[in-house]
Amino acid sequence: MSKLKLATVWLDGCSGCHMSFLDMDERLLELAEIVDVVYSPIVDAKEYPDEVDIALVEGAVSSEDDEKKIRKIRAHTKTLVAMGDCAITGNVPSMRNPIGPEAILNRAYIENASAQPQIPSVVVPKLLRTVRPIQEYVKVDAYLPGCPPSADTFHTALIALINGGPLDVSALTRFGA
Amino acid sequence: MNVEVDVKTLVIDEQEVSARAGQTILEVARENDISIPTLCHLDGLSDVGACRLCLVEIKGSNKLAPACVTNVQEGMEVSTDTDRLRKHRRVILELLFAERNHICSVCVSNGHCELQTLAQEQGLTHVRLPYRNPNLPVDASHERFTADHNRCILCTRCVRVCAEIEGAHVWDVMGRGIDSMIITDLHEDWGASSCTRCGKCVQVCPTGALFDKSKIGSDHPKYPDFLPYLNLMREAR
Repeated sequence: MSKLKLATVWLDGCSGCHMSFLDMDERLLELAEIVDVVYSPIVDAKEYPDEVDIALVEGAVSSEDDEKKIRKIRAHTKTLVAMGDCAITGNVPSMRNPIGPEAILNRAYIENASAQPQIPSVVVPKLLRTVRPIQEYVKVDAYLPGCPPSADTFHTALIALINGGPLDVSALTRFGA
Repeated sequence: MNVEVDVKTLVIDEQEVSARAGQTILEVARENDISIPTLCHLDGLSDVGACRLCLVEIKGSNKLAPACVTNVQEGMEVSTDTDRLRKHRRVILELLFAERNHICSVCVSNGHCELQTLAQEQGLTHVRLPYRNPNLPVDASHERFTADHNRCILCTRCVRVCAEIEGAHVWDVMGRGIDSMIITDLHEDWGASSCTRCGKCVQVCPTGALFDKSKIGSDHPKYPDFLPYLNLMREAR
C-alpha cells in the first residue's frame, strides 16, 4: 500500500500547533511509516501538491494570501483538519477584529517605529478587514481545538483519521487547552 | 404531631422519582444524580431561567421547559437528554461564543470556566455562526477587581448575588437584547461605585468576566460553594 499524503499548513498562528505536532517525538517515526509529509513549513516543498489525503491547517485566515491558500488547499485535499484554536475560532489573531487593521498597522509601524515609519505595502500580503476561522471560508472535515492541541491529541486523532476509526475530539481536547 | 408533606411522583429519564410539591425539575433531577447542564442557575441564588441550557422535554407538551424554574407535577414524564435538547444546547453555546470575544487561550479563567467546560461536555468543537467580535470595554477602575465585558454572558449571577446575598444591588443590567451590559450603579465606573468590595460577584461569575486583579495567567478558580452554606447559617440565626 502506498503511503498517505499528509500536509501541514501555517496560516495566521504562532506555529505553536506545529511545535506541539513535533512533540509527538518518537511517535513521528511510526507515523513516517504510514504517511509522507508532502507539504509543510518543516519540509522543502514550495507548491501545494495536487492531491493530498490529510491536511492539518494551523492558523486563522487574516490576509488575502491566507484566503487564496485555504481555497487552494480545500480544492486539493480529501480530509481537511482545522488544527488548533486559531483555525477554529480566530483565537489571538482575531483580537484585532474589534479594532480594525488600520489602527493596528499604525500602532505597529508608525507610532512605535523609531526609524522610517511606514506601513509595509510590498511583498507582504494585504490584511483582510477581520480575521476569520477557516470554516467560514471552506468546508472543514475535522476540528482539533486547543492552544495548542497536545501531542497526545495529535497522535490519537491522526491514527483515528488515518484508520477511519471513531474520533471523540471532546474527550481529548477543548478550546484553550 | 401530624406533619403533612405533599409528595409528587414523576418520571425523569425513565427513572421513577419522588419530590416535594414546589420543588423544581432541576432540584429533583440533581437529588437523583440526573445531570442537567446549567449556566445561569447557581445553588443559593434565585432562578431566572435566562440561559436556557436546562431546557427539558415534558411528555404531552410541545414546548420545552427550563428545568430551573419549572415545578414538578404529579405524573410528569420528563426527558433531559434527547437529540432535540442536545441540538438546542449546542446552538445556545454557539450563540454565547459568537456573541462576544471569548478567547479561551488568553482568558484568566482558562481551565476554570463554566462556559468552556460546558462546550467540552456538550461536544462543541467549533462554532458554526460567524463571530461578531464587538468592541467592548474592560473596566479596571476598581482597586481589587476587573470587569471584562468581552467575556460576559449576561447570566446575571453577579446582579443576583449582589442584590440578594450582599444586599448592595450595585450590579444591574442596562440596555436591551444584544446591546445589554452589566453595569455598576447607574453605569459608573466600578471603582467609583457603591461597591462594598465583598468579591461575591467575582466568585459566582462563571467565566472570566469578573476577576480578581491579584490573580495572574489562568490561575483563577472560583469558589461559589459558600452561597448555600451562607444562606443556611443565616436561616439558623
